[in-house]
Amino acid sequence: MCLAIPAKIESLDALASTAIVNLNNIRKEVSTLLLDEVTVGDYVLVHVGYALERIDPVEAARTLAMFDDMQALGDTE
Amino acid sequence: MKYVDEFRDGDKARQIAELIQSEVRPDHQYRLMEFCGGHTHAIFRFGLVDLMPENIQFIHGPGCPVCVLPAGRIEAVIKLLENSDNLILCTYADLMRVPAGKRDSLHKAKARGADIRMIYSSTDALNIARNNPGQQVFFFAIGFETTTPPTAAAIKIAHHEKLKNFSVFCNHVETPPAMAHILSSGETQLDGILGPSHVSTIIGSHAYAECCKQYSTPFVIAGFEPLDILQSTLMLVRQINEGRFEVENQYCRAVKTDGNKKAQTLMSEIFEQRPLFEWRGLGELANSAIQIKNRFSDFDAEKRFAMEHIEVADIKGCICPAVLRGVSNPDECKLFGTVCTPEDPKGACMVSSEGACAAYYSYGRYRTEVEVVNS
Repeated sequence: MCLAIPAKIESLDALASTAIVNLNNIRKEVSTLLLDEVTVGDYVLVHVGYALERIDPVEAARTLAMFDDMQALGDTE
Repeated sequence: MKYVDEFRDGDKARQIAELIQSEVRPDHQYRLMEFCGGHTHAIFRFGLVDLMPENIQFIHGPGCPVCVLPAGRIEAVIKLLENSDNLILCTYADLMRVPAGKRDSLHKAKARGADIRMIYSSTDALNIARNNPGQQVFFFAIGFETTTPPTAAAIKIAHHEKLKNFSVFCNHVETPPAMAHILSSGETQLDGILGPSHVSTIIGSHAYAECCKQYSTPFVIAGFEPLDILQSTLMLVRQINEGRFEVENQYCRAVKTDGNKKAQTLMSEIFEQRPLFEWRGLGELANSAIQIKNRFSDFDAEKRFAMEHIEVADIKGCICPAVLRGVSNPDECKLFGTVCTPEDPKGACMVSSEGACAAYYSYGRYRTEVEVVNS
């Protein structure tokens, strides 16, 4: 039920609070009612036709860097 | 897919697993509950159980909305459908095959002629109402806090448009009270909790602070991808080893401490706490669910249709309630994989792809048999 998929915003309709997102090359209209600020190019988590939250690219990169650090640590052992 | 593929890297997964292996204390049993069915599913699908040392055990939690919905709520809807000729029922697909009373289900009710539409979004239910003004559109709303804001939005839009033929059967439940119940019951000893990913995008990581403190239990909010789960497991192992109990947030790319304020405001505008709600397996829990506020009662299906409360017993032998409390594993059930399969489910945990029984059946049912062959 709580599955939410990261999708990139391709266009916005501010008046209708909707966006067209690209989900692995499938385009779909979703509601952006739950978000204050979204811009084209943002990645959002899509759940039952709604964008729930923006994905923070900086935090995502930081998490991925932590995986690399763990790998480096594992290699030295 | 960006933000998916890079969190599924097999080599990195093995490296994190090695770190976990090297940090666990051999004399300690780590019993970690993954609250969400989404985690259970990922743990089995990506074979994470096999990467874990023997003394780490994943205990599956009740975080599958379809699984915890009492069968009586579905039975009540089927009864309503049978007694009305202008009702369109809109439901998420997950609910269609959940067993109601006497082996009935919404799927079977549809086969008998009821107008049941599987929808992807609450927006679809609104469109069906707009396009069918002569019929009553009944939206069977279920889900945790992740799915609640879209239902709240639909009610708000219906109110704004003064839609006369749209109502919502609210079955939305809340995660922190269920966690508190499991931790307070003491039925299952737990050393740490992998906290919900997408529920937490809405309610924020701070929502678990009280629970964590009260029961001195480590929490890590964990993303749903395999590397997220492994890193979160490592974070839990470290908290346990160091004797800490905090709410840590591994899924910081999507979860903020305070969550999504706009969604919270919308939810509190439409909904209020329900004093008591029954969960399959956990029983009646106080303040664990929500109901539609009086101001929006025109859209409350329970009031509009004076829906009755129906008790439905689980089928004999089904241990779904114990599985949902983390007390039993699916393969301990006599019905598992024989009488009860995803094709012909007898218990709710076999229906939903997030149910623990479905995860065991889809990805785990040959694990023990392979061991026998090899030995």
